[in-house]
Amino acid sequence: MALPKVCGIETEYGIVVRGADNNPVTASSLLINAYLADTARDRSRIDWDFEDEQPTNDARGFSLEQSIAPEVETTLVNAVLTNGARFYVDHAHPEISTPEVRTAREAVVWDRGADEIVRRAMIAAKSMLPEGAEIVIHKNNSDGKGNSYGCHENYLVARELPFGRLTRQITPHFVTRQVFAGAGKVGCELPGRAADEVPYQLSQRADFFEEEIGLETTLKRPIVNTRDEPHADPQKYRRLHVIVGDANMSEVATYLKVGTTALVLAMIDDDELGDDWSLAHPVSAIRQISHDPTLEQTIQLADGRRATALEIQWGLFERARKYEQSHGLDAVGEEVGVDVLERWEGVLTGLERDPDSVAHQVDWVAKRRVVEGYAARHGVEPGSAKLKAIDLQYHDMRPERCLALRAGLETLVSDEEALAAMTQPPSSTRAYFRGRCLDKFPADIVAANWDSMVFDIGRDPLRRVPMMEPLRGTADHVATLIDESNTARELLDRLGDPGTT
Amino acid sequence: MAERQQKSKQSTDRTDDTVDEAAPPVTERGEELKAELDDLLDEIDEVLETNAEDFVKSYVQKGGE
Repeated sequence: MALPKVCGIETEYGIVVRGADNNPVTASSLLINAYLADTARDRSRIDWDFEDEQPTNDARGFSLEQSIAPEVETTLVNAVLTNGARFYVDHAHPEISTPEVRTAREAVVWDRGADEIVRRAMIAAKSMLPEGAEIVIHKNNSDGKGNSYGCHENYLVARELPFGRLTRQITPHFVTRQVFAGAGKVGCELPGRAADEVPYQLSQRADFFEEEIGLETTLKRPIVNTRDEPHADPQKYRRLHVIVGDANMSEVATYLKVGTTALVLAMIDDDELGDDWSLAHPVSAIRQISHDPTLEQTIQLADGRRATALEIQWGLFERARKYEQSHGLDAVGEEVGVDVLERWEGVLTGLERDPDSVAHQVDWVAKRRVVEGYAARHGVEPGSAKLKAIDLQYHDMRPERCLALRAGLETLVSDEEALAAMTQPPSSTRAYFRGRCLDKFPADIVAANWDSMVFDIGRDPLRRVPMMEPLRGTADHVATLIDESNTARELLDRLGDPGTT
Repeated sequence: MAERQQKSKQSTDRTDDTVDEAAPPVTERGEELKAELDDLLDEIDEVLETNAEDFVKSYVQKGGE
């Protein structure tokens, strides 16, 4: 049976400073530090001494020596939050990795939590900047000038699954899922093509993919990324690091992106997908589909047939229906799996009939309606900066400027749930243990990482608690233990063998 | 339009006190979306950055990932 599709989302946000020095690295650090200081003030009421705790250490190699070295690269902020997420500077962007979650719905909840963290950080940063200056964050993937930054997804797959088959079979989904998961883009950034040659396309990212498979993420980007860093028991697990997606403003789009991908991966895990939809030329296909908002063009399959992106999506959907019958949907969470199938069918039906009918769910459709509506009303020509500004502002994280928040998008997560996800971990994975410990014993933790926590409990040597199993350390396993432990020492004693988490 | 908005609001506000019926027909949903878009286009100039040209030009990011 397929492994449970533990998953997570990493979002690199676009960042600009208005009214002050616009250095993205400095600004990203300031943004995160402002958030940490602001939330520490909340905590001080319950005797949180922020100065004394160091959740910002990363056990993978950010040693103390490195962190005080003068190089900018090694002093970048790298914080682990009580919701189990990581908030850090990556290259020249602020980035949030959600905690590991068990279902697509939870992925949406903690992605919303990440967005709320960024919003609060923007407000906190304002007070640290000169009067009138502000940091503005965009949840998008391109600056419209050929520079791209990612929104990555991660999924747990079995180590024993042959990587060649995984790559071959997941590629058709990665190339075609943009019909509902694309965030939309005004213009084209394909080298050698004029920006207005493609007035509007489905995906922010499609123009940037040049290879079918590879290790790179910053240049010659591959559709399937081969980074092998499981953050879990490497004998048993692989973490499929997906770099091909757009950051979504629509919750339903995030839900479908993660939910359908988890389902397709479960089918591949169980060798139930087959090669019916293998593509002849994935790289040209991903661009061609993105550049065709009519959704009518066909792409060539490996066996010589031609199919539209929607036909391929219908093919994958039918397989998933059969998979539901033969294997059940436990790998993606039974209830969520049933709902994902229903919504997948609904969105494909809507896209086929009239894309505008899914404008409340699909970002590229929602954005296109605003762009085209504005152009029609004001007689604006394609290529106008006004339309590009609408594109950018669709992703503006300031509520007073964000167009996505005004586009009538359906929501899946309540504001209360999103606010809770800023500070509370999911109960369904090891992120629960990480988050609860950081919340309850911050002064005793010297490092927190995806697959371990290091405690300093006084007279003993540092105690490292390995967390190599993503589904150990859940609320079911450790909630009572953490509740009943008054100190970190007590917790570790009761855990006994550190391997038990 | 006010009447239509009121009607659609009622239908989306419907909760546990009514039997769960099928989703509103596509046409109704379409009308709702169109009304929302009209409202957005009415107020968009207050939301959009005043100098679009500068705003777009100054939005430069370093590549990431």
